[in-house]
This record gives sequence, C-alpha cells and structure tokens, in this order.
Amino acid sequence: MATIIEITENKALEVKNFEFSYAGTDAPSIRTLNMPIAKNSITALIGPSGCGKTTLLRSFNRMHDLYPGNRYSGEILFHDRNILSPKEDLIHLRIQIGMIFQKPTAFPMSIFDNVAYGMRLQGVKNKTELADRVEKALKDAAIFKEVKDRLKHDANGLSGGQQQRLCIARAIAVEPEVLLFDEPTSALDPISTAGIEELIVELKDRVSIVIVTHNMQQAARVSDYTGFMYMGELIELGITEELFVTPRERLTEEYITGKFG
Amino acid sequence: MNNLADKLFSNISKLVAISVLLLVAWIFTTLVQNSMESIKALGFDFILGNKWAPNIEKFGALPAIYGSVISTFIAMMLAVPVAIGVAIFLSELAPAKLKTPVGVSIELLAAIPSVVYGMWGLFYFVPIVRDIFGGVGISMLTAGMVLSIMILPFMAAVTRDAMNTTPDILKESAYALGGTKWDVIKDIVIPYAKAGIIGSFILALGRAIGETMAVTFVMGNVHKISFDLTKAATSIPVTLANEFNEADSGIYYSSLFELSLLLLVVSFTIISIAKFYFLRRKRIA
Repeated sequence: MATIIEITENKALEVKNFEFSYAGTDAPSIRTLNMPIAKNSITALIGPSGCGKTTLLRSFNRMHDLYPGNRYSGEILFHDRNILSPKEDLIHLRIQIGMIFQKPTAFPMSIFDNVAYGMRLQGVKNKTELADRVEKALKDAAIFKEVKDRLKHDANGLSGGQQQRLCIARAIAVEPEVLLFDEPTSALDPISTAGIEELIVELKDRVSIVIVTHNMQQAARVSDYTGFMYMGELIELGITEELFVTPRERLTEEYITGKFG
Repeated sequence: MNNLADKLFSNISKLVAISVLLLVAWIFTTLVQNSMESIKALGFDFILGNKWAPNIEKFGALPAIYGSVISTFIAMMLAVPVAIGVAIFLSELAPAKLKTPVGVSIELLAAIPSVVYGMWGLFYFVPIVRDIFGGVGISMLTAGMVLSIMILPFMAAVTRDAMNTTPDILKESAYALGGTKWDVIKDIVIPYAKAGIIGSFILALGRAIGETMAVTFVMGNVHKISFDLTKAATSIPVTLANEFNEADSGIYYSSLFELSLLLLVVSFTIISIAKFYFLRRKRIA
C-alpha cells in the first residue's frame, strides 16, 4: 500500500518492520514501517502533526530510551547491525548519529566549551587538538567569523540563529556519520532559516542527513529524498522533486496540495 | 461607578502594601531605640567583648556571635552535600514511583515545627553525641547537627525544584552528544540550576542563623568561646530566648535588644543576597 522507491546508492540507515508505542498508550505511534535512508544525501520527513515523523527520528539515536516505558520492535540497521538491540552501546551510537533540536540548545557554558563538549566527553584532553577541532567545527558551521573574538563568552548571549549554528558546530565536532535534524528552524526567523538550510545542504558531502520539517517548502528546497508520513505509517518515499510534482499516492497529493494537514 | 470601584480597590491594596513596609520600619526603630542605652554605654566593646556577665554589667556579645556562626557553619557543612544528593536523586534518578512519596515526605519534614526538632534533639541526639564524641552532649556540635537536620528538607526541596527547571531538550542535547547520566547532571543540570541552588543555600543559612527553639534545647547557653565543639555554647537567639526573663537592669535589657538588632541586620543581609541570586536566576530563565 505504501510506495517506497528503491534506493540504488549506499544506505546510511535502513528501517525494517519498525513499530513504536509510547509509555502508557496502547495505540502504536508507528506501525510496521519500512524505510531506506540514503548515504550522503538529505532525507526529509514530512506529514501532519502527530504522524510519527519526530518519533521515528528520535528512534535513530534511541532518544526514547531516556524515558521509561516506551516499547518498540523491528530493526533499524546501521552498518549492518541492529541499533535497536538491547546490547547496543547508546553512548557510542549517539556519537555516530548526532541530533539537532527544534530549539537552539546552547549549554550554560562558553561558546568554546559548547563546541568542545562532545569531544571532551570522548576524553579528548589535548588543548591544541581541542582548539583546532573547535575552530574547524565553527568554520564548517559558518559561524567562526562571528564568534572568533568571543569564544570565552557565554553561549547564551548569541542570537537564536547563531545558537542553532553553534549547536550544529557542536554536533559535527564529534564527526558523526548521520545527523538528525528535528525541525531545526521552527524557532528561527526567515534569514536565519535560510542560513541553516544552506548549511545543511553543504554538510551532506560528509554526513547523511535526516530532517523532520513541518514546512513543505523547506523539504522541497533542501532534500534529495522525501518521505511522507501519515498516522504512523510511511505513505510514500520518493525523490523529492518527483514526490512534490508527481506524487504517486492519493494521500500524498492531498497533503502537499493543502487539502488537509 | 466602575472607575470609582477601581480606584477604591487600588487604594486599599496600596495601603496594605505600604503597611508592610511600615511594619518593618517600626520593628527596626523599636530595636534601635531600645538598644540605644547599650550602644552608647558599650560601643564596639559590645561586639568585640568576650565576657558576658550581667551581674557585673559586662556585656560582650562575641561568644554568642561565635556560637551563631559556628553552629550555622556546622549545619551547612552537614546539610549541603546531603541536600544536593537528595535533590539529584529526586530530580534526575528516582523512578516515578519513588519520586512522589520521597518528595512529599521531604516537604512534610520541612513542615515540622522547630521546637519539635529541639525536643527530639535533646532526647535522641544529645545521648548519641555524648557517646560518640564525649562531653555532656549539650554542645555546639549537637546544635549544628540538629540545625542541619532542620534546614535539610527545605534545601533539598528548593534545590530539586531548581534542578527540575532544566529544560528536557537541553538535557537531551547532552545525551545526544554521547553524555552519560552523570555527565548531564554535572555539566548541564547543576550549572543550569546553579543560581537557584545557591539561593536556596543562602535562604537556609538565614533560617539557621536565626533559629531559636531547635538549638535552645541542645546548646546550653554558656557564654564562652571554646574551640572544643563538644562543649556547651550559646548563640544570639539562644541568649535572647534564655535571658529576657532575667533582664533586671536597663543596660541588660538594652544589650539584649542590641543583640536582636544585630541578628536582624545579619538575617536581612543574608536574605538580600539570596534574593539577588533568585532574581538573577529569573533573568536567565
């Protein structure tokens, strides 16, 4: 019933028969979902509120495990291993699969310490190495010029857009293979949004990206593949242009033409 | 008509608000007035003198000040680490099933009147201190311990509330970088809640330094500076509680008033510092 295109290139992640229910609810939020995610490209997840797109995204780095009682089954393959396995080392997994949240989340520390945080967690202590990698991450996140003279200042003094780029710098500083973006621009103004979108596109040479967005134009602008979700199911996964121009599922067409949502 | 009611209401509330200010001013001037005799007669000898002998009209408050400072210091040293531990457990570690019962019992502990702590301390703590540390048991150390138990629940509850204000998304961001629970607690939760935590410590300090009933039972009212913590001692409120009845001369009476003025100023300063911290926390949040 779902239309899911074959992905010919390498896969970053592959979801197989995934089901998910939140603690205290009987109705599953995601039911038997299958989805490939292409390597070094951007996959957008769209769909109305409550369709399960953020739930799916947060399954890729096992965020749901922070809260007791959530139940899931099926497989999510990453380097041919099932990351849903109870034996999975979550700390290692979260270093490989990073996440950017719907609001900027600068930690209560300096700009430098924010970016160095993930590396320090991994035990990097060498000062020159830290400084070099912080600078590189800030450059890659296109924020170095703005902050280079105030690296020791509190990160909460930055604007929302700057903070979000700082969070991206912090995430790429640990050199993840996959980056998950959970509505990364929903708290930002249009100019900051454009900056973040540009940055996301630049990052795909190095990382595979999954982005949840409530903004269809954003999905169309940045992504290579788009998945449309509805009521816990993946209705259609296609090449972004094709999905928006010639959707194959009636539900997809109704959603992108604004008949519901 | 409506306008008139509005005005009336606004004037009444203004009056009530001003009366609070007046009350503070009134208490303050009363204390100053009654202290005048001793301030004039004794000057700085009152604060620096270490001999308190009403029968020969010597009034040196240093032993009481020393007792207040040291007993409060002991109380803070014992209570702060435990309060932080309890708060971390309640806000970050405890399973939901434990959070509520433990949280409620801590709030119940905070509601116990201090005289009850004092009596309980006299009957159950004094013998323990006597057996372990020696001395008669009525001592500076016992006072500090009873005080620490008295301020602990308040500190733990406020610290927990401060930690609970840490947004989930901030904690998740640290987990998403490969942080462990301990990393998140020490790098995110505690720094984020720092202003509130320090504020709660200072408020607790203010309560401890002015606490009367809990320590009167177990401290002894002995005006003597001793570095041996197992010896009986006194503090400003303990002196006040014990001696107002006996004040038979004008200068005795007046020096007790000066003691209470001193306590008021100290408490006021402490509360002001705490307020400063709380306000700063609000600005950040």
